[in-house]
Amino acid sequence: MKHIPHKLMIMLALAATGLTQPVFALTAADTLKQLEQSAKQTDPTFKGVSAQRGERLFKTTHGAEWSCASCHTDNPAASGKHAKTGKVIAPLAPAANAERFTRPDKVEKWFRRNCNDVLNRACTASEQGDVLAYLMTIKN
Amino acid sequence: MRFTFQTISLALVSLASIMSSAHAAEHVYSANNVKWKTECSACHLAYPPQLLPAESWRVMMTQLDKHFGADASLDAKTAAEISAFLQANAERNNRATTGKPSLRITETRWFKKEHDEVPARVWSSAAVKQAGNCAACHTQAERGDFSERSLRVPR
Ligand code: HEC
Ligand code: HEC
Ligand code: HEC
Repeated sequence: MKHIPHKLMIMLALAATGLTQPVFALTAADTLKQLEQSAKQTDPTFKGVSAQRGERLFKTTHGAEWSCASCHTDNPAASGKHAKTGKVIAPLAPAANAERFTRPDKVEKWFRRNCNDVLNRACTASEQGDVLAYLMTIKN
Repeated sequence: MRFTFQTISLALVSLASIMSSAHAAEHVYSANNVKWKTECSACHLAYPPQLLPAESWRVMMTQLDKHFGADASLDAKTAAEISAFLQANAERNNRATTGKPSLRITETRWFKKEHDEVPARVWSSAAVKQAGNCAACHTQAERGDFSERSLRVPR
């Protein structure tokens, strides 16, 4: 009892500070705020996000084979399916999947990849904000 | 004498298991890396590193932004870690030494040979659709298990 192993001490210390809990750095609402802020900084004409524009971006094709809905379906509260591999994709709407839009690096990575596949370019911060605003209107 | 004989046969057995590491008799592949498992299983099953030679993995990992028609790009640090893991655990038999290495498992010679008895109608069935959809038949593929034991070919 006298010698508490070093590793155990560290683990206890981490548990006490809550660091062993899964960390969701942000909520989807925080992520939206950040996108709005960076849209303001990069585009002086930015007048706020629009769920309607986001829905249009999401559901239509933009010169390439896929739309966002090709993999995430027309109903982002439902499970999707990768258009090429068939692999099931968990719902994208935060109301249906609490992990969505909580990790900035994951959000950044998939906007980069998927916008490139669908629009052949990166999405601007305001377009990303539009999409998230749309997804946040979806009720489970 | 008996002791020596046993030692030698034991040595032979372990040598054989090392040599057949790529297509082990059991066809159960174990090797793990957390980044590989999360990043390479997002769009399909995380294909075991043992199923392609190191050169194929190396080339694939330098062109992730154009990955079989999808952008699968990663930050440089994560890509380097996964690439090293894949190459360190890659197929060692190195059967395809001529020409460009195949980037598709499903286009390798061993794959075609192992699967030549699967009828075309099964490949194109709704349950399978793509040859790369290993789990449609290899029910434990997620765990690296491609043994006959866990094989269920849909009809
Ligand atoms: C070819 C299939 C495909 C298309 C097309 C696609 N996605 Fe995705 N998307 C995925 C996959 C796969 C994931 C990651 C799997 C997962 O996290 O469940 C993902 C994840 C995401 C995420 C990550 C969210 C989070 O925090 O977890 C966002 C954001 C996203 N997609 C937005 C979009 C947008 C916007 C479009 C259209 C411009 C789009 N996707 C088109 C397949 C696709
Ligand atoms: C953004 C989605 C995505 C991600 C992430 C991804 N892949 Fe893929 N991968 C694909 C698609 C799409 C195909 C082609 C499917 C088809 O045509 O059947 C593919 C095919 C493959 C194949 C060929 C399978 C065959 O047909 O033999 C290999 C090997 C492969 N991927 C390895 C990887 C590795 C390694 C990683 C992680 C670094 C990875 N993939 C991450 C989308 C992805
Ligand atoms: C349509 C069903 C089907 C699909 C899809 C499929 N396989 Fe197979 N696989 C088989 C059959 C049938 C055999 C032959 C088993 C035998 O004859 O011993 C086999 C054999 C194998 C073997 C040798 C195992 C042994 O015990 O001999 C390996 C390794 C393997 N498959 C890997 C893969 C990989 C990797 C994929 C995906 C890229 C895949 N298979 C997709 C049906 C399938």
